[in-house]
Amino acid sequence: MLELASLQAGYGASNVLHGLSLSVNQGAFCTLIGANGAGKSTTMKAIAGLLRPVQGSIEFEGQRIDHLPAAQIVTRGIALVPEGRRVFGPMTVRENLQMGAFTKLYPRSTAGNRQVETRLEFVLETFPRLRERLPQQAATLSGGEQQMLAIGRALMSAPRLLLLDEPSMGLAPLIVLQVFAVLRQLQRSGLTVLVSEQNASVALAHADHGYVIESGRIVLADSAARLHDNDKVREAYLGI
Amino acid sequence: MEQVANLLLSGLSSGSVYALVALGFNVIFKSTGAINFAQGEWVMMGGMVAATSYAAHWPLGLAILCAVLAVVMVALLSERLILRRIKKPTALAVTLMMIAIAICSKSLVMLLLGKNPANLPGFSGSEPVLWFNLRIHPQTFWIVGITCLVMLATHWFFERTVLGRAMRAVAAQPEAAALCGIEPRMAMALSFGLAAGVGALAGTIITPLTLTSFDHGTVLGFKGFSAAMLGGLGSLPGALIGGVALGTLEALAGGLISSHFKDAVAFVALLLTLFLRPTGILGRGAVEKV
Repeated sequence: MLELASLQAGYGASNVLHGLSLSVNQGAFCTLIGANGAGKSTTMKAIAGLLRPVQGSIEFEGQRIDHLPAAQIVTRGIALVPEGRRVFGPMTVRENLQMGAFTKLYPRSTAGNRQVETRLEFVLETFPRLRERLPQQAATLSGGEQQMLAIGRALMSAPRLLLLDEPSMGLAPLIVLQVFAVLRQLQRSGLTVLVSEQNASVALAHADHGYVIESGRIVLADSAARLHDNDKVREAYLGI
Repeated sequence: MEQVANLLLSGLSSGSVYALVALGFNVIFKSTGAINFAQGEWVMMGGMVAATSYAAHWPLGLAILCAVLAVVMVALLSERLILRRIKKPTALAVTLMMIAIAICSKSLVMLLLGKNPANLPGFSGSEPVLWFNLRIHPQTFWIVGITCLVMLATHWFFERTVLGRAMRAVAAQPEAAALCGIEPRMAMALSFGLAAGVGALAGTIITPLTLTSFDHGTVLGFKGFSAAMLGGLGSLPGALIGGVALGTLEALAGGLISSHFKDAVAFVALLLTLFLRPTGILGRGAVEKV
């Protein structure tokens, strides 16, 4: 479904990714684990179109998307939950969710409006907490609630591939488990999920497949269970 | 007493215009983080185009409409042809470009429409309306009324429409907004169009009271900027409060102390705001949660 081939990308003159390749199958729950600065966020940003790759290609459902800006990639069916959540603080929870479906609401159409209504209902069923908070300003939510809002906002565009950049960052362990449980539930209902995580133990415990990234390259790719038992991974990322 | 009331009234009308200019500053500041130094020139251009069209025997309403559309076009073209070419449109780069655009706009008006002051008639004549003992220029009602309408409409746009909310989203989190499918460039173009339209309208409603000429824009822009700072840069109600406060202060200082002080008030207000309360009356300090 998603195919990255010898991707090189970075900021200004310095490259962060040095020929990274990975592929995500339809319906899979994949995780990209690695240390700080290994290139996880850069990979996510490149897929979502926030960063234009210097070389290499990104294919989604058989079509190259590496030249598209972020605002168009979301219409192709990819949604990224950015690192640090990035909710629209001064806006209400409802407005935040509405913005997630911007491409369906503008230009205006009755069909689009109806789709957004059903989508909103789906998101609120996934995160019942958000329903109570609908009229509240997003900035006043707790960290966990903001993460749910950020995921809900991404889901509003009805993506087929959901990307999450470090969703566990700054969250209490119990909330992290809840977030991953929801991701698993979404994946079971047909969504393809790719999560980048520094918290390798949680990520490997929930995902089916894992990639280990080191200085801009994939150094290991295997099923999550086998990575979990891999000595190198245990030593470097699980601290066992 | 009567003098003070008259001064307050004239302060209210010039203050309303400052509020509209400040609104333009705020809309662009919110969506790009830049200070639009061409705002005052757009106001002047609105007045000049309307006056020129009117002098060519166009009906008043049509002249005003034409002025607003012309200035919006100029703003959108500036955005499209100049700002969009900046590789990384940082706030500073956009601000610097806007200074250049301001100078060009001013020269363009001078070359095309001449150096002579231009005028428009009052929208409902210039026979003063008697109210108690006050003689009120009928244009005052137009100015205050139109300002209130524009403020309400802008508020409605940003709070209630999908496009307005999208612009707020871009202002809050540009990257996350792009991930939602909101083109940052579209939001930028929209804010320029909106600011220019409001600015041009401000220029046409004030012209019957003050005349206008190619060199009026800079001062108007400066006063509007002071009003925006006073009310809180980026805050829409702040524009209204800052504008009216500045207009009133200016009128009182001009009438009660000396007319020489009139223009100094804006400078003093700007300096005091920067020293004492840099976020303005309604502005909130920028807090970033990482």
